[in-house]
Amino acid sequence: MFDFISSSDRSWLWVGTLLYTGGFFFALSFLLRARPHSRLTLFLIVVAGFITQTIGLNLRGLEAGSCPLGNTFEILQFVVWSLVLLYLAIGPVFRVSLLGFFTSGLAACLGIISLVVSDWDLERRANILGPNVWIELHAALAIFSYGVFALLALTSVMYLVQNRSLKRKKVHGLSRFLPSITELDQIILRLLVTGVGILTTSLVLGSIYWVRDAGTVDWPKLTITVGIWSAYFVTFSLRWRRRVVAHTLAWTCILLFIVALGSIWPVTSSHFSPAVPATPAVLSL
Amino acid sequence: MQRATGSLINIGASHQTAPIDIREKLSVPPERMAAIYREIIGLPRVQEVALLNTCNRTEIYAVAEAGLDTTSLTHSFCLFQELEPTTLSRYGFEWRDGHAVRHLFDVASGLDSLVVGETEILGQVKTAYSAATEQGTLGPLLNRLFQKSFQAAKWARTHTAIGKGQVSVGTVAVDLALKIFGDLRHCRILVVGAGEISERTITALKSRGATRITICNRTDQKAMELAHQYGGQALPYQQFQQALGQFDIIICSTSSPTPILTRENLLPWMKNRAYQPLFLIDLALPRDIDERAAEVENVFLYNIDDLSQIAEENLALRHAEMVRCREMLARRADHFWKCNRD
Repeated sequence: MFDFISSSDRSWLWVGTLLYTGGFFFALSFLLRARPHSRLTLFLIVVAGFITQTIGLNLRGLEAGSCPLGNTFEILQFVVWSLVLLYLAIGPVFRVSLLGFFTSGLAACLGIISLVVSDWDLERRANILGPNVWIELHAALAIFSYGVFALLALTSVMYLVQNRSLKRKKVHGLSRFLPSITELDQIILRLLVTGVGILTTSLVLGSIYWVRDAGTVDWPKLTITVGIWSAYFVTFSLRWRRRVVAHTLAWTCILLFIVALGSIWPVTSSHFSPAVPATPAVLSL
Repeated sequence: MQRATGSLINIGASHQTAPIDIREKLSVPPERMAAIYREIIGLPRVQEVALLNTCNRTEIYAVAEAGLDTTSLTHSFCLFQELEPTTLSRYGFEWRDGHAVRHLFDVASGLDSLVVGETEILGQVKTAYSAATEQGTLGPLLNRLFQKSFQAAKWARTHTAIGKGQVSVGTVAVDLALKIFGDLRHCRILVVGAGEISERTITALKSRGATRITICNRTDQKAMELAHQYGGQALPYQQFQQALGQFDIIICSTSSPTPILTRENLLPWMKNRAYQPLFLIDLALPRDIDERAAEVENVFLYNIDDLSQIAEENLALRHAEMVRCREMLARRADHFWKCNRD
């Protein structure tokens, strides 16, 4: 009955995801009764989820001998890990109400999807990053930037909810627990700058090796990655020049993240060459 | 710990039992406070006394030996106030022991207030406690009772929604401004036209940190007076349309028969400051701001009806919370009284 609880990496990742799910439902149960939840309790639940997820990813990394980014499952888990890390880092600083609720919800959702779709973890690319630490850093930064964009999308959702409540003069629902739209707008701008900065750094690192050997990167991956970077960069430029603001900016950030998230599977599946079977634990789950 | 052995008595009158003209007569002026304390503590069998005296209630909390006839207490109080001896018993209430504890917990938590959940009453209960301490009429029971009532009020405010949401037009406007800007210290506020509600709104905004206030009125003299009163600046009425883009919050309350702000007025300004929200508060009747102004992105328009409706909804939420809050406070009160008896 308790085979599920083993020391395999996926078990740890399951536990982490269940903790995120528990945190989400804990906050939801309060919000449905229009009562504020304990932010400290939610924070601690998310911290527990983050620790177990880190252990799971670490076990994967040790087995792979590199950063665990060898298939869609691992990439999604890494995105979730980055998202939660950012929440833990900026949540207390910005004191953003409901950020924990939204973060745990998205982390639970992405975590469960990645764990349930077993095809995504049946095989993984062997030695995907090679021995070069810079290439590994390039890949880790790229996926980490997706975590930033995930948090950006969540903040944008919060912005739209608050904006809609104020426009429609319905300020008794979720609006009561959300920060002001000015604060949310400032956080959106900071996250956009951070995400674009990290993704740009990642692409600069990757391009150095791509220039040396163009054959190491296939065209679909290159096209999609550059496309996503360009879209975020253009959005950032337009916001900086105050051409795209308020709810237009929020919608753009949400749509861009959906596109970025949707691109992970085609990018990873387009370049499977030397595949290795996943660990036995993968198949058992 | 010293234990009180007497009986707890609470007699008084409030807005729920007495009309305003009776409450006025029952109210004890500050200069007679020491005398009334001496009068009551001097009554036979009375051991401890505290007097809660606000615009909405006059209440005596006393600890007395068993067998005290409260008639002597009420008569004595009424005679001191130069009233008919039966005035307090006719227009008032009387609670004893555990019920008196429940009553004070309700009062301190704002459950018994005219505006349910208001916080001013807790300060008034604390003032009454300090006054009784100064008079030396508090003993072990009333001392503990008042301390516990402060804790109960704080608990109710933290764990129930009894104090949630603002219930006046001015404070609702401030609440909305905080939802839009977060911090009002750097908000530039323009007040067009002067009226009682707009002045109350300015006061509420200032209480939350707003400092950059500009007043504009058809009469420049009035604008300058108000600007001086609120530490702001005056702006000639003819210039306010040209200065719209400089402000984050605009409060309108003129007597103009036609709108003074329209969507068309705002569009050019908002193109230049679309990244910054604009909060429009229309307190005028007929309205000063065309409702189509709300269609502009990042513009939030609330008129007097919108603000009143939110205030009423908040008050309704507080009333809905009253039953739950009262039950919880009753449990705390009963626990206190049981511990005291044991």
